[in-house]
Amino acid sequence: MTTGNAAQAFINVGERTNVTGSAKFRKLIEANDYPAALAVARQQVESGAQIIDINMDEGLLDSEKAMETFLNLIASEPDIARVPVMIDSSKWTVIETGLKCVQGKAIVNSISLKEGEDVFLDHAKKVLRYGAAVVVMAFDEQGQADTADRKVEICERAYKLLTEKVGFPPEDIVFDPNIFAVATGIEEHNNYGRDFIEATRRIKEKMPLVHISGGVSNLSFAFRGNEPVRAAMHSVFLYHAIRAGMDMGIVNAGQLSPYDDIPAELRDLCEDVVLNRRADATDRLLEAAPRFKGDGTTGKPKEKDLSWREAPVQERLTHALVHGITDFIEEDTEEARQQADKPLHVIEGPLMAGMNVVGDLFGAGKMFLPQVVKSARVMKQAVAYLQPFLEEEKRKSGLDQKPAAGKVVMATVKGDVHDIGKNIVGVVLQCNNYEVIDLGVMVSSAKILETAKKEKADIIGLSGLITPSLDEMCFVAAEMEREGFDCPLLIGGATTSRVHTAVKISPNYEKGQAIYVLDASRAVGVVSKLLSETDRGGYVKEIREEYVKVRENHVRNEAAKRRISLATARSNKFAIDWASYTPPKPSFLGAKAFNDYPLAELVPYIDWTPFFQTWELTGRYPMILKDNKVGAEAQKLFNDAQDMLKRMVAEKWVRAAGVVGFWPANSVGDDITLFTDDTRKHELATLYTLRQQIARDPSRDRAHTALADFIAPKETGLADYVGGFAVTTGLGEEEAIARHIKVTDDYSRILVKALCDRLAEAFAERMHARVRRELWGYAAGETLSNDELILEKYRGIRPAPGYPAQPDHTEKATLWRLMDVQNAAGIELTESYAMWPGAAVSGFYFAHPESHYFGVGKVERDQVEDYAGRKGWTIAETERWLAPVLNYDPRTVREEAA
Amino acid sequence: MQRRPSFAALEAAAAKRILIIDGAMGTMIQRYKLDEDGYRGVRFKDWTRDIKGNNDVLVLTQPQIIGKIHEEYLEAGADILETNTFNAQRISLADYGMEELAYEINVAATKIARAAADKWTKKTPDKPRFVAGAVGPTNRTASISPDVNNPGYRNVSFDELRDAYKEQVRGLIDGGADIILIETIFDTLNAKAAGVATLEVFEEKDLELPIMISGTITDRSGRTLSGQTAEAFWYSMRHLRPFSIGLNCALGANLMRPYLGELSAIADARISAYPNAGLPNAMGEYDETPHDMACDMEPWAKDGIVNIVGGCCGSTPDHIQHIAEHVKAYKPRALPHIDPKMRLSGLEPFIHG
Repeated sequence: MTTGNAAQAFINVGERTNVTGSAKFRKLIEANDYPAALAVARQQVESGAQIIDINMDEGLLDSEKAMETFLNLIASEPDIARVPVMIDSSKWTVIETGLKCVQGKAIVNSISLKEGEDVFLDHAKKVLRYGAAVVVMAFDEQGQADTADRKVEICERAYKLLTEKVGFPPEDIVFDPNIFAVATGIEEHNNYGRDFIEATRRIKEKMPLVHISGGVSNLSFAFRGNEPVRAAMHSVFLYHAIRAGMDMGIVNAGQLSPYDDIPAELRDLCEDVVLNRRADATDRLLEAAPRFKGDGTTGKPKEKDLSWREAPVQERLTHALVHGITDFIEEDTEEARQQADKPLHVIEGPLMAGMNVVGDLFGAGKMFLPQVVKSARVMKQAVAYLQPFLEEEKRKSGLDQKPAAGKVVMATVKGDVHDIGKNIVGVVLQCNNYEVIDLGVMVSSAKILETAKKEKADIIGLSGLITPSLDEMCFVAAEMEREGFDCPLLIGGATTSRVHTAVKISPNYEKGQAIYVLDASRAVGVVSKLLSETDRGGYVKEIREEYVKVRENHVRNEAAKRRISLATARSNKFAIDWASYTPPKPSFLGAKAFNDYPLAELVPYIDWTPFFQTWELTGRYPMILKDNKVGAEAQKLFNDAQDMLKRMVAEKWVRAAGVVGFWPANSVGDDITLFTDDTRKHELATLYTLRQQIARDPSRDRAHTALADFIAPKETGLADYVGGFAVTTGLGEEEAIARHIKVTDDYSRILVKALCDRLAEAFAERMHARVRRELWGYAAGETLSNDELILEKYRGIRPAPGYPAQPDHTEKATLWRLMDVQNAAGIELTESYAMWPGAAVSGFYFAHPESHYFGVGKVERDQVEDYAGRKGWTIAETERWLAPVLNYDPRTVREEAA
Repeated sequence: MQRRPSFAALEAAAAKRILIIDGAMGTMIQRYKLDEDGYRGVRFKDWTRDIKGNNDVLVLTQPQIIGKIHEEYLEAGADILETNTFNAQRISLADYGMEELAYEINVAATKIARAAADKWTKKTPDKPRFVAGAVGPTNRTASISPDVNNPGYRNVSFDELRDAYKEQVRGLIDGGADIILIETIFDTLNAKAAGVATLEVFEEKDLELPIMISGTITDRSGRTLSGQTAEAFWYSMRHLRPFSIGLNCALGANLMRPYLGELSAIADARISAYPNAGLPNAMGEYDETPHDMACDMEPWAKDGIVNIVGGCCGSTPDHIQHIAEHVKAYKPRALPHIDPKMRLSGLEPFIHG
């Protein structure tokens, strides 16, 4: 439609599913050919109808029944059901039947004052209760309104009754002021077009929220058989009526001429008739009409997109299954059959491949249930087509004596009433030549097993949606074991899972095998493998092995949550043979500041890999620069970074400062005591450490480590030491950015910040190297490449508070006090123990060769209580600082205690 | 039509704060680990069918358990209690041969909830407690065929549903409900039948109660089981002029958000939301903690998209208490003005003009 802007507000109601308007549709309904009738509805929606009108008013039809059947069928066709329907009948009983079949908000077409106000009000009230909008015909006790005045008068009366007595929303009222045939040869009919248009204008003025509709095809009744002229008349009429305010019409969406495409002569002739512009208008159009008959210039129905038909047969089958299209399924199935060795291979191959696509789309939320149900129907039709070939195949191979491919007994388990999924599985299996005995819902174990025995079932399938069904399935499995079954047990339904099947159901049934089936589309694949002489053994073995793995994983995951007591963990601490160890002595004790450290010295220590991660480029440096996907981008970034880094270093944009300290130390339990001097008489401070409590597989002999384990215990009498450090390269960073980087240049600003972070890490790395080689000096001869440094191949560690080996950030406070970090290196601690500037690193030094990085992991409440006591904190305070590593919900524990 | 005084009280309370609806009944009943005998009690000792799992009959056989659960939810801060009548209409009860008990169960269930709510209203007069008569979806669907070979077939008719719902609604009103709550709607046609039933009973009794409507978006497709989008669903129910529209069940709070946002933007009714405590884990248990669930829901209150919140499957009084604490600082969503336009729906919405 290109009848101007008003047309955009015009709703096109498809009229092809109207037995009074379409002989073709009437014949289909009379012949009970509902699949073809549905195709008509689908064609309308595909042609652009925004609402479809459904009318079954035919004397010989059981109209109520036909309305119900057709609407119920539409409900299963998402392509059609996506649009609202107009329930069209002159009989109220048919309308009410229709209203009981639609879940959407429909439009009733129509009610009127024909039988007086009481009936009108009763119908209107019901329409509102069923939740529909309503078309009101301009029809009253006196008859149908023909003149503009009568039309307006009746509509106003109806409007008052609807809005004031029924409470009908005005925006849900549609007036149909009656479109009658013009150019009939009867003079009184000549003004009918104008009357409608005029009435429309006045009604919209008086009642602006209502809508105006009409059955457009009536208009051209006199020109039956001359479709081009009719189409032109409709277009011309709509052009003017829409401008007057008509915003809805029952129009054959595919048979309208674009107004501007109508030949000028025909358009003028039609306009004369529609607008009653001249007395001889009818005669002139009648005379000219035959010349336009069959003229190809008038509109054609919009072509259905059939481009998918050009794809290879597999794609066509998949398309048909996904879209639920049965139109070509037989010819496509035939083509696939000719390509296949055996007809069954068509099912197992291309058709199942298509169904798997359906399953995947369904799983991904891209298809919804009614569509899947449709897919199953397409599948069934394909299988039905193959049936004779399958029979023939069987006959040839002598298998025809054998019954169905297999017998499956299915049920929704006791206590559960959900069966939609199970029903779909049943159909899909039946489609695939399996005999399905469906026991329905709420079926007791006894009944399932009794039936399975009696019927000699090859497979039993259980379904359930609610959680208690899971237990019932376990029970059924155990009963199967007890009664000596060995056939496969299929498990499906919304709450079931592979893990539950493997962990809980499968172990109950060792004589047979329980198998989880993700969704209906997978059922045939699973069943066919289970019933295939050649595949069964391997498949069951595969499942068994898979489920063993799932069970092991499950046990591991469960174990991952388990913790051992702190006492047990302590008894398994990381054991170091202190007797054979002589702790090295640092070159100085106490703290030493390194101010204005040369940046150039830090550059070679930069670990570039995390730099790229900052920019969400993943890969190890330098390989990342050659990466196929991100290499080019990484190289560009790297070049920019190098340039920026050069400037930063050369122009001293930032200042590096750090402080390092060493103290005599010995461990006492899980704590490390620091002394003022080597006499070890006066305690200087305590470093508190946390111990791993994870419950490990006892066969794997691994310690439950705490950082304190790396320092010689007091009772060894060894003079051990611990170190600490804090470094930053962020001094002056903000100022440098303000000075050198444009406010709008986010890229450079982030670049500078990222480089500062890298320099701080490099500084920590550099200082650690100096600590090992000279300041502590226990590895004086160390020669390690930067790569080896990154891989931490050196002796000793530098764990940071707030990181896995010591998750307690507050331990930084001790470091700050010991080394006066704020004054010595200019790094502040915020109240949440974050460092400022951000480009800073702090931590402890441990020198023992066996010291290593580890994660404390989650801790239990016993350790929290112990740690609180040691640190002089309350439990709540401790839980707050250790929140990320608690293995329990503090609130729950408190409630249980209360 | 007459109204109970609680109608105005509910409107007043909803204007002041985000109201709290209670949590799961089934989850709480499960904790009692009732066996077949437990369900039967004395009265149904010799019932010919197994009735374990028929939670609704417990209002007759174990009323003290149901009352206790209601009280726990009230103590947790619930403003609105749901009666234990999710399946208490003759269509669902037929599974247990208990069709004839439908009315009786509804009356009894409502009385239990009524007593608990009144007790707490007395305790906290500034926080009146309300009883919502829960009307569930039944175990059948009016717009989906149970037989894939015969898509035009239905195993329940609109009239059967309407009649069953009428009987239920009569029981709920006679038992003293303040609200009719049509919930867990997975087939809108069932809910429309419940709507007609409710309006007809209102007319019969010349008494109008607030109607709450709560649909179920089954998965990430954003559709009801019967295929409607949230918006299409609202247009299908809007004619009931409900006190509230919202979502419950199927999804945890995190997955429910987008559809709630959608409803909040288009519905000129209050928005209710009571999600599940997460999605069931592999073991079929709901394991979202009260804290996590409340944290997922707090942004709804903060962003002003809800008026009524609570919990569905897997939620407990602890969940409700957390949710109540997390939303109490926020104002209820203000009702938006929606332009009067014809808003129709099939599976998808269609707005004219």
